[in-house]
Amino acid sequence: MTVVIAVPSSLDDLTFESVLDQLAQHPADAKVIVDARHSTFATPYGLTALLTLAQTRAEKAEFLPPENPDTVSYWARAGFFRYAEELFDVRGHVPRPRSSGESDVLLEVTPVTKSDDVHGVVERIQERAASILLNKLHLESRATMGFAMTLSEACQNIVEHAGRGGWVMVQAYNYRRRLGGRFVVVIAVCDAGVGFRSSLESGQRRPLSDRWDDAVALEAAVVNGVSRYGDPGRGQGLKGIRGYVHRWEGKLSVRSGTARIALIPSWDDDVPRREGLAFFPGAQLQITIPEKVSAVA
Amino acid sequence: MTRIDVGSVLRHSANLPFSDLVTRPTGAAVRRCIQTELAALSEGDVALLDFSHIGMMDYSCADEVVAKLLIALAGQDAHAGYIVFHGITDAHLEAIEVVLDHHGLALVVQFADGGARLVGSVSDEERAIWEMVYARGSAAADDVADGAGREPAEMARILESLLHRRLLRHDGDTYAPLGPVQ
Repeated sequence: MTVVIAVPSSLDDLTFESVLDQLAQHPADAKVIVDARHSTFATPYGLTALLTLAQTRAEKAEFLPPENPDTVSYWARAGFFRYAEELFDVRGHVPRPRSSGESDVLLEVTPVTKSDDVHGVVERIQERAASILLNKLHLESRATMGFAMTLSEACQNIVEHAGRGGWVMVQAYNYRRRLGGRFVVVIAVCDAGVGFRSSLESGQRRPLSDRWDDAVALEAAVVNGVSRYGDPGRGQGLKGIRGYVHRWEGKLSVRSGTARIALIPSWDDDVPRREGLAFFPGAQLQITIPEKVSAVA
Repeated sequence: MTRIDVGSVLRHSANLPFSDLVTRPTGAAVRRCIQTELAALSEGDVALLDFSHIGMMDYSCADEVVAKLLIALAGQDAHAGYIVFHGITDAHLEAIEVVLDHHGLALVVQFADGGARLVGSVSDEERAIWEMVYARGSAAADDVADGAGREPAEMARILESLLHRRLLRHDGDTYAPLGPVQ
């Protein structure tokens, strides 16, 4: 049996749920065709989550790339097809990525499997991030270092907890849907590993409460800083991410298993906790840092 | 005073070709190398831990390099040396202050001009007394108590606490800052 999964025209962290909802109706070993022909926009979360999806399929899925030449060209520049061609059977021709000079892709899709990958990500991001954060987001210079720290900690979650490789991507763009065209920088870190619940269970770090599910596990790790390691110094990475996001009025969302929690700034109307979502392995994290309001006339 | 260049430790001793202190494994490798160097100190020696050649430091690495080093130093079987931190920038402090606060630790940062500052989890009272000792260069508990208008016994308790946390050291019968005084 072959099933077609339609990718929404605008693919982000929220619309990706429709992809998972479609997948949930079919067995894990079903032959899948991921149809992105009508997609015209994708956030870093959308692109990295698609690669993560491919990792979860028992049988290699087929992939139909966007038909819009600008979209498919952008996906190529973002490095998506470099890995999609390994993970999917990509149908048709996709353009080779070309250097576009000035680009708002701060970090193209990058695999993260080991500690050295995190060093590489941090080294590559710093100079470009500094320029974007200072000149487009109008943040103070100390925001730059915190940004690299936040990115480092987000990537380390894959290395330390996922049990398999994941993906990171960073991009700046105009956020028309929510912020009236203000610039944002978005970090997406997605993996198809064990997820927060299994990670905490493996370290015997389940909180002493009757209720135990993906939402409780997410809250324990992201909000309360519980780590699967007994080491009292653990859990500071996500705490640091929360602090950075809060300081710069950003948004943090983390999805794992069947739940998603979000730390929501005043400019967004997302809900803090979603439960009963279609199951998806691993952890998918998104950080959005907006342009400073006072800098917008 | 023994100087340990953390940038050099990162690249040579730990054999990691980076200038940024990120990830726990990197931090753990650097800390182990530093601990090896600290083990060669004589009792009461002060080591200057120089971060001048370190780019950025994340929370995980700050926990491994800074917090765990201080915890080990304060441990019963730790070598009786002292550490002063040097070359610390605001970018480093962001992560360092978070981990010090998390563990209830504090450290001494020395600036290039000889000035010094206490960073981390200390009370206003402890900070004021530490600064008084630093300003005097060396002081007996009674002298500090006189200067602060406090009971000698109470002052001795606070000074001993700073000593136990290796934020001050003994100089004969007096209490003294860890590094050279401006």
